[in-house]
Amino acid sequence: MTSLRGIIPAATVVGFILAFWTLAVIPMNAHLAADMAARGDIVVTPVAPRDRQDLSGITLAAKNPAVIAMTYTLDRPRLPSPHQVAAEMYDTIFTKAPTSRRSLVYHAWVTLSATLLGFVIGTTLGVLLAVGIVYNRTMDKSVMPWAITSQTIPILALAPMIIVMLGSIGIQGLLPKSVISAYLSFFPVVVGMVKGLRSPDAMQLDLLRTYNANRPQGFWKLRLPASMPYLFASLKIGISAALVGAIVGELPTGARAGFGARMLVGDQYGQPMVTWAALFGAAITAALLVGILSMIERRALRRMGMGGAA
Amino acid sequence: MAFVYAGLIWALGWFINARLANSPVSDTRLVSLLIPALFGVTIIAMWEVLVTMLGVSPIILPPPSMIAARFVTEIPILWADFEQTILKGAMTGYVVGMIAAFAIAILADRSPFLTKGILPVGAFMAALPIVGTAPIFVKWLGSDWQSKAAVVGVMVFFPILVNTVAGLKDTSAMQRDLMRTYGAGYWPTLFKLRLPAALPFIFNGLKIATTLALIGAIVAEFFGSPTVGMGFRISTSVGQLALDMVWAEIVVAALAGSAFYGAMAFLEKRVTFWHPSQR
Repeated sequence: MTSLRGIIPAATVVGFILAFWTLAVIPMNAHLAADMAARGDIVVTPVAPRDRQDLSGITLAAKNPAVIAMTYTLDRPRLPSPHQVAAEMYDTIFTKAPTSRRSLVYHAWVTLSATLLGFVIGTTLGVLLAVGIVYNRTMDKSVMPWAITSQTIPILALAPMIIVMLGSIGIQGLLPKSVISAYLSFFPVVVGMVKGLRSPDAMQLDLLRTYNANRPQGFWKLRLPASMPYLFASLKIGISAALVGAIVGELPTGARAGFGARMLVGDQYGQPMVTWAALFGAAITAALLVGILSMIERRALRRMGMGGAA
Repeated sequence: MAFVYAGLIWALGWFINARLANSPVSDTRLVSLLIPALFGVTIIAMWEVLVTMLGVSPIILPPPSMIAARFVTEIPILWADFEQTILKGAMTGYVVGMIAAFAIAILADRSPFLTKGILPVGAFMAALPIVGTAPIFVKWLGSDWQSKAAVVGVMVFFPILVNTVAGLKDTSAMQRDLMRTYGAGYWPTLFKLRLPAALPFIFNGLKIATTLALIGAIVAEFFGSPTVGMGFRISTSVGQLALDMVWAEIVVAALAGSAFYGAMAFLEKRVTFWHPSQR
C-alpha cells in the first residue's frame, strides 16, 4: 500500500503536465488550423491571413471556436497533442515489424546497442581506473582532479569530432557512437566508485588488519562490497548519459537509423510526429534502463544486507 | 623512435609525480595543484611527440601546438561564438530555467501532496535525454539564440527543481517549532530558516545545471543556427576537416564550463559558509 500512496501524488503531477500540454495545443496550432479552415469553406475572422498573423494564438482561437477542434487533428501540427503522439507511437511500435525501417523498435535497438556496448566499456574502464586511484597515490593525485574537472566540461561537444576522427581511420557504424557513450559514462563511474571504495572507515579497515587480512582480501571482502551503493548510483547516471551520448552521436553524421537519426529526419522533412515519437521513444528507453538498474540495485543490496526497507 | 620518446616523457612525468605524491608536502595546496598540472603537461607532450613524429594526419588528430596556434589566430571568431552560445544561449536559458524552477518549487512547497509528486516526477525527467527537444524548439523559436535558451531552460529546470524541493524539506521539526515559538508565519520561516537551510541542496542543483546548460546550448546548434556559435562552428569545421578549429572550440567550451562551475562553487562557499561541508 505504501507504494500506491506514493503513486497518487506523482500521477497527479503527470496529469497536470498532460492537461497543460493538451491546452497548449490550441494556441500553438491555432494559426495553422485557421489557415486550413480558411482554405476550406469555413469563414474565419479575421479573413485576411496577414491580420491573423498579428493575433496571438489564444485570441485567434477565442474568435473562431470552430477552429479549436481542428487544432487537435492537424497532420503536421506545431505541437502535436498527447493522443496524436500516443497514436504515432502505437503505430510505429506495435503495427510495424521490428525489422522494418519504419518501426520505432528497430531504431530503438540501433541506439540501444550502441548505448549498452559503450556503457559496458565505460563502466569497466571506470571501475578499473577507480581501483588504480584508490591503491596508487601517484595516480590519485594526478588523475583524480582531472576526473572531477571533466564533469564540469561539456564533453558532448566532442561527439561530432570523435565520429569523424574514427570514420577517417575506417571505423564506422556502432563503435564510434559507443565510444561517445563509453566516454560519457566513464567519469561518473570513476568518481562514484572512488568514493565507494573509500567508504569503509578506519575502524573497519583496522578490524580487517586484526584478522591479518591481506590486501586482496581487504579489497574483495570489504572495499568492493562497501562500494556497491555508490556504484549503482553512478551506474544510473552513467546509463542515461550513455543514451544521450549515443543519440547525439547519431546527429552530425547523417546516421540513417536510431533515435537521433529519427529526430533529425522528422526535423528536416517537416514530420513533427516522427520527431516527437523518437523523443518519447528515447525517454521510455531511458526510463526502462534506469528502472532495470534500480531493480538490480534493490535486489543486490537486499541480498547483501544493505537494502533495508527500500 | 616516437614511442621511445613518448615513453621517456611518460617515465619522467610519472617519476616526478610519484616523488611529489609520496613526499611529505603532497597535501599542501600548491603541490596538489602542481601534480595534476604536471600530469596534463606530460599527456600533452606525449601527444605532440607522437602525432608529429609518426606523421599523423591533422585531419585525424592535430598536434597541440597546431591547436594552440589556431586558438590564438582565431580569437575574434572564438569570442563571437562564445558570446552567441554561452553568453546569449546558455546564460539566458540558465537564468530563466533557474527562476522557473524556484518559482514552481516555492508554489509546490505549500502543499505536501504536490511536493511528494514533484520529487519522483522531476527526478525522472532529469534523467531523460531532454537535449532531444532541440529540433522542436528550433522549429518554434527560430534558429537564433532564443531556441537554444529554451532548450537550456528546460534542461536545467528539473535538476534545480528537484534539489530545491528536496532542500526545502530539509529542516527538522525542532527548528520549525522554534520559529513558531517566535511567532513567525510561513514567509518569515521560509526566508529566515528554510531557504538558507536549502541552499546547499540548491547549489548542488545549480552546479549540476552549469554543465547541462553548455551541453544544451552547443548541441541545440547542431539542429540549426545562424552562422555563428560554438555548436555551429564545431559541426561546420568537422565538415571542412578543420579539426584544429574544432579542438580550439572544445578548449573554449572546457574553459567556459570550468569557469561557470567554479563561479557557482565560489558563490556557494560565500553563501553557505556556515555549512559543515564548507568549514
